[in-house]
Amino acid sequence: MSAATTTAEPAFVAKTKGGQITNFVDERVGGSGILREFGRKVFPDHWSFMFGEVALYSFVILLMSGTFLTFFYDPSMAETHYTGSYIPLQNVEMSVAYSSSLNISFDIRGGLFMRQVHHWAALLFVASVAVHMLRVFFTGAFRKPREMNWVVGSTLLILAMAAGFTGYSLPDDLLSGNGLRIIDGVIKSIPVVGTFISFFLFGGEFPGTAVIGRLYVLHILLVPALILLMIVAHLFMVVVHKHTQYPGPGRNDGNVVGYPLGPVYAAKAGGFFFIVFGVIALIAGLFTINPIWNYGPYDPSPVSAGTQPDWYIGFVDGALRLMPGVIGDFHFEFVIFGFVLSLNVLLPALIPAGILFSVMFTYPWIEQWITKDKREHHVLDRPRNAPTRTAIGMAGFVWYCVMWAAAASDLIATHFHVSLNDVLYWLRALFFIGPIIAFIVTKRIALALQRKDREIALHGRETGRIVRLPHGEFIEVHAPVDEYKRYKLVGFESPEPLPAQPNENGVVDGSEKRRALLSKWFFEDRVAPATPSELEAAHGHHGDHEAIDSSADNKSISR
Amino acid sequence: MKALSQKRRHPLAAVALLLLGLLVTGGLYAVATNVNQAQASTTNNFTASDTAEGEKLFAANCATCHGMGASGTDAGPSLVGVGAAAVDFQVGTGRMPMQMNGPQAYKKPAQFNDEQTNQLSAYVASLGAGPALPEESLLDGGGDAAKGGELFRVNCAMCHNAAAAGGALTRGKFAPALDGVSSKHIYEAMVTGPQNMPVFNDANISPDDKRDIITFLKQIETTSSPGGAELGALGPVAEGLFIWVAGLGVIIGFTIWLTSRTS
Repeated sequence: MSAATTTAEPAFVAKTKGGQITNFVDERVGGSGILREFGRKVFPDHWSFMFGEVALYSFVILLMSGTFLTFFYDPSMAETHYTGSYIPLQNVEMSVAYSSSLNISFDIRGGLFMRQVHHWAALLFVASVAVHMLRVFFTGAFRKPREMNWVVGSTLLILAMAAGFTGYSLPDDLLSGNGLRIIDGVIKSIPVVGTFISFFLFGGEFPGTAVIGRLYVLHILLVPALILLMIVAHLFMVVVHKHTQYPGPGRNDGNVVGYPLGPVYAAKAGGFFFIVFGVIALIAGLFTINPIWNYGPYDPSPVSAGTQPDWYIGFVDGALRLMPGVIGDFHFEFVIFGFVLSLNVLLPALIPAGILFSVMFTYPWIEQWITKDKREHHVLDRPRNAPTRTAIGMAGFVWYCVMWAAAASDLIATHFHVSLNDVLYWLRALFFIGPIIAFIVTKRIALALQRKDREIALHGRETGRIVRLPHGEFIEVHAPVDEYKRYKLVGFESPEPLPAQPNENGVVDGSEKRRALLSKWFFEDRVAPATPSELEAAHGHHGDHEAIDSSADNKSISR
Repeated sequence: MKALSQKRRHPLAAVALLLLGLLVTGGLYAVATNVNQAQASTTNNFTASDTAEGEKLFAANCATCHGMGASGTDAGPSLVGVGAAAVDFQVGTGRMPMQMNGPQAYKKPAQFNDEQTNQLSAYVASLGAGPALPEESLLDGGGDAAKGGELFRVNCAMCHNAAAAGGALTRGKFAPALDGVSSKHIYEAMVTGPQNMPVFNDANISPDDKRDIITFLKQIETTSSPGGAELGALGPVAEGLFIWVAGLGVIIGFTIWLTSRTS
């Protein structure tokens, strides 16, 4: 819209009311330009790309249901006597916070449904963030230029956990109070400053009268604001980087193949929001979550059996359960100058989570350093085509799952009729050997799948048709795969180990030697994709059809 | 009196006083505990024939482990003084005769009918004083559910779970879920402490308080779950499992459907 056209012609007047309004907005904010730009953004279509969307939508649902809950929730730890309609708690002394949570559940129209929507959406939010991260990790989508977005995403995971935990404690029921007590214990185990931090947080000795109000402010103000900020940064970078795509014919690091945002993709994404909302609403309507009336008001003396945190904090709880208090005669508790250093709490609470998150945040750079691959990547790896990375991921995943399972050790014991002690012993062993087994098994599976791909690329797929040759031999006829499929099977990189390189002074230093060792470990076991000449050799003899009459071909066919 | 006051500085006066003090407290304690004991061992009105039939049943079904005269063997403890309540609980819930040796006897369909259970109770009660069968008035579920809930959370929830869904103990032992356990058996369990359960005698939790606890348990048993299917009332582990398997499963189904047109 140049200056010449606006002066030469009379101002454009839309015919309809809607058109006039649209034009009014467009002339002032330039909406059509933005829409044109965004509407043309292309998104590749794959089901595994949609978990980020699920997380985003769950978050929107959380904001909406959470706002409803704030209307009726009172974060006060003042004492009151319950007078609502739930009979087993009639006249029981409790905090105002718990009483108002019960009122939301029993005396406010739609309150229980909204509470359940909020809580189920929270579980789905963190779960979809986690699955989204697994997808990004296993497909190598964190590589340049997306390292920073990976860090933002990891931060989002931590923030999601923080949001969940601060919300978990708000009803001030027995279950959440027990959880808070565990956190208090963990904080107090930190040497020197632990006690001070705990007293600062709780405004005195646990439980005090301040913590619910403070957690509430964090839960409805600070943490959601940070999450929103991070989501904006996250999506902004997605727009800047454009979306990654799975390998396929016509797809490379210089293009994006898929649907444009408008109109098809936008319609799909908008509809998907309502699908996610519908699924959460259905679950919330049919299944109880956190029945706070079962647990009763918080009181520091009772600790209920079966006390567990929500699933995303479960791995920390599990690590605490796994840690032995003593090994033989060795105690993990020391008294130094009259101060108690309680390693049996400090180690399991901080070390596994610390390792997990440090590796998670730094992994893009660790891999970059080992592989020296500083190129931009927009085409994803199929997990099998990066066997070592996939194996590392699975090792971490199994490690996490062992701790996760440990948080349910008591339920495993009662429901499978096994000894609680045995469950713990096995999980302790798996804590150490599980990741190693997972690494080896995953790597072998990935390599085997690569060999299978290579085999299919070279010799075609098995048709299940057995043919008997004139001289009596039986062979199975293999049909060649079409070239689209073959592209997927052969179109990937398979780097070789990179030996130690001298630096600018011509010296191979120690760190470079270590890098070379890791590079060898990373790429040593490899299955190269079938090269064009190999394909030629495999197919050349029998042209387009799998000939079965030539005896020279039989070996390559039947193998 | 003068003689007594003159002797108040006698070297043995302190010893005498101490002795007196100990005797008084000890005596009072003995009286107090006897009161509780007396409450715990009020005998039910079993007939002589009940006892005689019970002895026969015992000899045929229980004596292998518990010994003739219930005096105990290496395989089973003596039952002298366990009282009718213990027999009624163990036999009435099917835990005895025991299905198999293990960390804990499992509940199973009762092997004896009510009459036979009563006869066995009569026989064991005749061997020595012990907790008797509870009175009907304590089992009517007409107590204070809210107070019972508080007592339950303080005394029982650490093993049985705040929602009475049960919980794990060490080495294969466990506290069972209390859903569907009869009021009588709950009461008997409290006074006799079966398996790994501690005894909650009448000095610890009064009969009226026990009535409140039973009222609470019956109340949560009969109230349907207000929020929908309760997923076993097992807390966040069940909820987490559900969202990962069912919730994400359905969502993944939809994502596949939405993207099925291309590729």
